[in-house]
Amino acid sequence: MLKLLAHRVALSIPLVLLVSVVVFALESLVPGDPARTILGENATPEGIAALHQQMGLDQPWLERYWHWLSGLFHGDLGASLFTGDAVTSELNSRLGVTVSLVLCCVLVSAVAGTALGMFSAIRGGPAARVVDVLSLTGLALPNFWVAIVLVALFAVKIRLFPATGYVALAESPGHWVRSLVLPVIALSLFGVTAVAKQARDATLEVQDTDYIRVLRGNGVSESRIVLKHMLRNAAIPVVTVLGVVAVSMLSGTVFVEGVFVLPGLGSLATQATTDHDLPVILGIGVYFTVMVIILNLLVDLAYGMLNPKVRAS
Amino acid sequence: MTTLPEPAPRPAADAANTGLVRSVLRSPRGAIVVAFLVVLILACALAPLIAPYDPLAQHLSAVRSGPSGRYWLGTDSLGRDLLSRLLHGGRSSLLGVLEAVVTLLIVAVPTGLLAGYLGGTFDRIAMRVAEVVMSVPVIIILLAVLSIFEHSMTSAMIAFGVLGSSGLMRVIRGSALAAREELYVTAAELMGLSRLQVVVRHVLPRCRGAIIIQASLFAAVTLGVQTGLTFLSLGPPPPAATWGGMVADAASVFNQDAWMLVPPGVTIALTVLAFGLLGDVVRDVSAEKYAAAPAARRKRRSGTPDTAGRPEPATDMLLSVRDLSVATDGGRPLRLLDAVGFDIAAGETVGLVGESGSGKTMTARAVIGLLPGNCRITSGQVVFDGSPVQDLDQRAFRKLRGRRIAMISQEPMAALDPSFRIGSLVAEVVRAVDGIKGKAVHARVIELLRMVEIPDPEAVARRFPHQISGGMAQRVAIAMAIAGRPELLIADEPTTALDVTVQAEILDLLRSLQQQNNMAILLVTHDWGVVADVCTKVVVMYAGQVVETAPTGEVFDRPAHPYTRALLLSSPENTHVGERIQAIPGSVPTPQRWPAGCRFASRCDLAQPGCTEGAIPVKDISEGRLSRCLRVDTLLGGEARR
Repeated sequence: MLKLLAHRVALSIPLVLLVSVVVFALESLVPGDPARTILGENATPEGIAALHQQMGLDQPWLERYWHWLSGLFHGDLGASLFTGDAVTSELNSRLGVTVSLVLCCVLVSAVAGTALGMFSAIRGGPAARVVDVLSLTGLALPNFWVAIVLVALFAVKIRLFPATGYVALAESPGHWVRSLVLPVIALSLFGVTAVAKQARDATLEVQDTDYIRVLRGNGVSESRIVLKHMLRNAAIPVVTVLGVVAVSMLSGTVFVEGVFVLPGLGSLATQATTDHDLPVILGIGVYFTVMVIILNLLVDLAYGMLNPKVRAS
Repeated sequence: MTTLPEPAPRPAADAANTGLVRSVLRSPRGAIVVAFLVVLILACALAPLIAPYDPLAQHLSAVRSGPSGRYWLGTDSLGRDLLSRLLHGGRSSLLGVLEAVVTLLIVAVPTGLLAGYLGGTFDRIAMRVAEVVMSVPVIIILLAVLSIFEHSMTSAMIAFGVLGSSGLMRVIRGSALAAREELYVTAAELMGLSRLQVVVRHVLPRCRGAIIIQASLFAAVTLGVQTGLTFLSLGPPPPAATWGGMVADAASVFNQDAWMLVPPGVTIALTVLAFGLLGDVVRDVSAEKYAAAPAARRKRRSGTPDTAGRPEPATDMLLSVRDLSVATDGGRPLRLLDAVGFDIAAGETVGLVGESGSGKTMTARAVIGLLPGNCRITSGQVVFDGSPVQDLDQRAFRKLRGRRIAMISQEPMAALDPSFRIGSLVAEVVRAVDGIKGKAVHARVIELLRMVEIPDPEAVARRFPHQISGGMAQRVAIAMAIAGRPELLIADEPTTALDVTVQAEILDLLRSLQQQNNMAILLVTHDWGVVADVCTKVVVMYAGQVVETAPTGEVFDRPAHPYTRALLLSSPENTHVGERIQAIPGSVPTPQRWPAGCRFASRCDLAQPGCTEGAIPVKDISEGRLSRCLRVDTLLGGEARR
């Protein structure tokens, strides 16, 4: 178990390096003057010169990278080219939104996906077909489209939830929940279906094992078998798919946060891309990478807790 | 965005891959999916020729008109024709998918093949890199690319292809690893083909199915990302038509006109679905190719019941099975058990003997009401302690299970839920069958573990199944089975998976438990040694039928069916050192191939023309002895001790 976690942490360092090196290397590949690209066609020579100064474009990219990297170790990710604010303070103020969104989505995907998948596996027949069709649509519909439709239906047509905006949990838990319901539905659709598929396959497999047959054959009640033994054993593969789902949700925030005007990292990433604000994009890259690592660690931990063979070793 | 890990298809032989395309097209789903994609790609490619309007032309007289004869899909808020915009927008989306998929193949196929085929350092490095790349938050790299190379969707899609390649690389590596072990690959190497030639000619074709599956799933994911990026207007700048951009246009006016959301949304969803389904179809088709071709079904008549002259269940028996037939569900039911019958008296041990595929386990599972989900009892009776149980639903059957009928299974390790401690597993059954709670449960668990002669039961109760030995696991399984003091124990090959010394211990344990509790045992086995050791009666099964029933004492000396005799002769116990075991030629016919006459005739040296003409009746030979053989007199006469 400890070995597994150590392995995960050891992987995280090359991961952060890889993401940042790629971005810096790409930047150096751009034909022409990056400052001009960033400032656009109407840039003044003074503006360009100032940006050169700010980005350190006079130095080779490796040197600039080294500068950025040493900043990273001091918790300094530079300043936004657009607003001039420190990247870390900008990101920290938005971190809560994205973390709330992603964690809620992972939770919803885990619970709803497992329930649907197990239901479909145990019931079989028409119920399973319905779940299958739902899964297909869930996988096929783009999340940003679902987001707009949800707003149109449940925020504009029936005024059930706010269409846009975010209320912090500390401010008002009730409003926090209300502000997250629609984004979470839109974003977890993919997760729910992916988890449901995995949970269904896993349950079908567990259902046909000797140990379930033996428990049945020796008189253990069906509800105990389903809720304790099947759930517990089907949860092991489900947890591994949850890791993949969580990472894809992090990406999904970029598409969905904008629709609901949630002031999170995803919507900032879009804005920064439009503004060519590379320090901010790099900063979000670092934050996302760290979140991916933490999510994977949590998955590993859960996996270890569920699987006694891993826990013991 | 990351593609979900998909299980690699089973390794293919070269021959199995030929005609993959044809098989895909022949399946209805495959044909629809391929037709949809071909039409879509053609329509988008030919958009400049076939689109009814210029995608940028504004028809200000018809702003936000719904679908009509003039504008098939309606117009947007600038009066631009939605169909034309969809067709033109599809060009960039599908081109993006193509760019990403081509990149994916260029990166993943060679690295995967080489990593799998060469192994060694290259493999280790490639796998490490793949592991790191799999955790990269891809979207951020894409945004950085789009920020650096302004609005260059091509760069973003190439980056996406590179970053997505680790999944496919792993799958191909797996196939290549498997291919390396194949004989024909080794042969090719020995014939002096260069490594490159071997990889390209022999290893690559085996990976074709896997490559198509992964590439089409990746295409589905890519389309989602591509449209997402255009939705965020990070792709071709407006007013260029893009699918994502059309959703964004619709989003800004959905208050006035929700229709505009439909055409791009449905198009994106259908296209993603088509790519995803294509992968599924290819997987199903390649999986089918490796499954055995369905055997021809012959016309069969069902056999006569196994209990001559005694069609009625015996009421004085603990268990009485009569005329029991089991078949699979579905349009063409397949008969698995054919009019099986036997009795078990209270406290008696009956051995159910036969080769694999003879129907022993199916019979045992029918008795305890745990047939596989796709099988049903089609006729006959299972009478337990005087009352029929074959029609009981699961709820009613549960009242019997554990308390009156219990079971242990073949693989003791597989019979214990790996996620729970031994104590908790036994306690689960104790709570279910004993109706006790709290501390009493633990005391009973320890008592049961002690009854099955487990040393230090307290310590064992705290262990997980993977931490104990097979023999110990079977003892635990027996403890679970006897928790409810059952009158009948169904033991399906309880000692097969165990060492010889442990086998003897388990059999001793079963015998002593049986004597203490006057418990009857239905013992499924193919081991005559076990039969001789513990059984009072033997029921021999072949191809879904009972062919002989006999007291144990008589069957060894005077088998009354050629199959029983052949089974006995093939048993290692009956073979002297230095002799060859006399294996029975041929194998048990599968249910599809059960002949109308004697099912053993094709393997029988006593077979006569009459044996294959019609169903063989069961003959009562003597008290407690039944045989399903026309030539039983010959067998018991001169040739009994051949």
